[in-house]
Amino acid sequence: MKYQSQKVALAYFACAMILFAAQVTFGLVLGYIYVAPNFLSELLPFNIARMIHTNALVVWLLLGFFGASYYLIPEETERELHSPKLAYIQLVLLMVGASAAVIGYLFRIHEGREFLEQPLWVKLGIVVAALIFLYNVTMTVLQGRKTVITNVLLLGLWGIALFFLFSLYNPANLTVDKMYWWYVVHIWVEGVWELVMASVLAFMMLKLTGVDREVVEKWLYVIVALALFTGLLGTGHHYYWIGTPGYWQWIGSIFSALEILPFFAMVMFTFVMVWKGRREHPNKAALLWALGCSVLAFFGAGVWGFMHTLAPMNYYTHGTQVTAAHGHLAFFGAYVSMNLAIITYAMPYLLGRRPYNQVLNMASFWLMASGMSFMTFTLTFAGVVQTHLQRVLGQGFMDVQDQLSLFYWMRLGSGVVVVLGALLFIYATFVPRREVIETVNPAAAPAE
Amino acid sequence: MAKKGLPGNSLIWILIVSEVLVFALGLVAFLVMRLLHLREFQAASHLLHAGAGTLSMALLLTSGYLAAIAQSNSQQGGQSRSRLLLILAALLGVLFLALKAMEYSDLWNRGVAFEGSQFFTLYALITGFHAAHVAFGTGLLLVVSLRPTLEHVEPSVAFWHMVDLVWVLVFPVLYLVPR
Repeated sequence: MKYQSQKVALAYFACAMILFAAQVTFGLVLGYIYVAPNFLSELLPFNIARMIHTNALVVWLLLGFFGASYYLIPEETERELHSPKLAYIQLVLLMVGASAAVIGYLFRIHEGREFLEQPLWVKLGIVVAALIFLYNVTMTVLQGRKTVITNVLLLGLWGIALFFLFSLYNPANLTVDKMYWWYVVHIWVEGVWELVMASVLAFMMLKLTGVDREVVEKWLYVIVALALFTGLLGTGHHYYWIGTPGYWQWIGSIFSALEILPFFAMVMFTFVMVWKGRREHPNKAALLWALGCSVLAFFGAGVWGFMHTLAPMNYYTHGTQVTAAHGHLAFFGAYVSMNLAIITYAMPYLLGRRPYNQVLNMASFWLMASGMSFMTFTLTFAGVVQTHLQRVLGQGFMDVQDQLSLFYWMRLGSGVVVVLGALLFIYATFVPRREVIETVNPAAAPAE
Repeated sequence: MAKKGLPGNSLIWILIVSEVLVFALGLVAFLVMRLLHLREFQAASHLLHAGAGTLSMALLLTSGYLAAIAQSNSQQGGQSRSRLLLILAALLGVLFLALKAMEYSDLWNRGVAFEGSQFFTLYALITGFHAAHVAFGTGLLLVVSLRPTLEHVEPSVAFWHMVDLVWVLVFPVLYLVPR
């Protein structure tokens, strides 16, 4: 850690990991409800548990983005953060808002708009926190060295805040409502979040492989250009069946079919950098997560997205378990892995230790990655069977669900593996192995 | 004049390749839909004006030629000549857009709805998307004509050639495929 204010990231990462644990635990509950539908049906109905599962995911990923920004921006701009105090205030605001939202959900207080269920005052709190954050990081960047990595990161972060504003607009017309709803949901995950992901990966490649900055920057430009070119009009693949004009089927199909390109570019980028790299960085676990991130994102977001993105295909698969399969691997591959990668990279520096518990951390990668992949396969098969029975043969929704129970049991099993992997990760990164630390030569540590 | 690598900024080539991919997918979609709805497409294609399409192509190719000469002028330091040529090339782009607007309004007046017919939905999307690029490219040529250094001119002209190349591909598929 070169700059004292980078320490802010530690608090963000810790809060993110608490919510991560909560998110996967609720995921497990949901997986169990799928096989035993009356489980907790009075106390914690499925829709409420799902809200917590998805909201906790989004909030902890954002906390991870914020933490990553607070960690890498001082290093990139070569100066301390504008105000560490504001950063802590922002974190308190976000955590109070998030906890209040979750408690509210348990008492059935929510706005009912999928993923954006937060009551209005929580949304406004998020906007205030976002403004504090943007003020803080933008001031830091303006006063310091400007790099392509910080520019792209800022573009992504400003985009996140800007597009979130559409969540405040809830028109009565259901079609218009959905159009703007996707401005938040789609343009976040298939637009501006990709910019954050690419810049954080670029930062890690720079540090882990020692490849020249100019080379990394060139790749970053290519990835950003592809992400925005395909992702913005790719929003059209959500406009097929919501009441918008038919030409969206063409715009959505064509542009979203190309959305696989930025993800492919990220795979190429990370692997080429590692091949070209001259540096042997001791944090092998961080490198594993970074490479795993680009590969799993390519499959989860790219390949699994493409499988049902063309309008004639989506006509049948829309809203089946195929979507759930895609959603799970895409979020895990792209954004969960990216956050866990930067956390794995930053934690030794934040705690002033050498990289520790590499084996446990890497084991947690393989546990989570294989668990999520197996979950994706089971849900994909479930989705294919469901599509045929329900959409082609026209059987009733619940009759079909009964026939899918084998897949849901297997999904529950893979969910258990993922939860174990998540807990192992948190242990491996936050609880250092003391005997290793004692042997560290004080003159050589902390490594930088 | 032999140069190493691609002329202009490498990012413009990412854009050009992406654009070409989009138009290629659009044309493939058009041809597949034509196979599926042959009668409708044959009937509808008679409403298009092949003469206007040919004239459009002549305008764009001439414009591309002028832009290419502008670029070699910039390369040899003839900036004022390059500026004039770029403005002329942009003017031809404006003429193309005017012709396109006439075509659209003619179709509109003959009662063609761009929604509801697969042919005209795709026609409007492909040519509309192309026209948007002509408009953008025209603006780009005018902007770089303010300071026509090779560094500015090269990527813009590369983009402009992509725009006329796309029309060369779009025109026969939409207007000329045996009716």
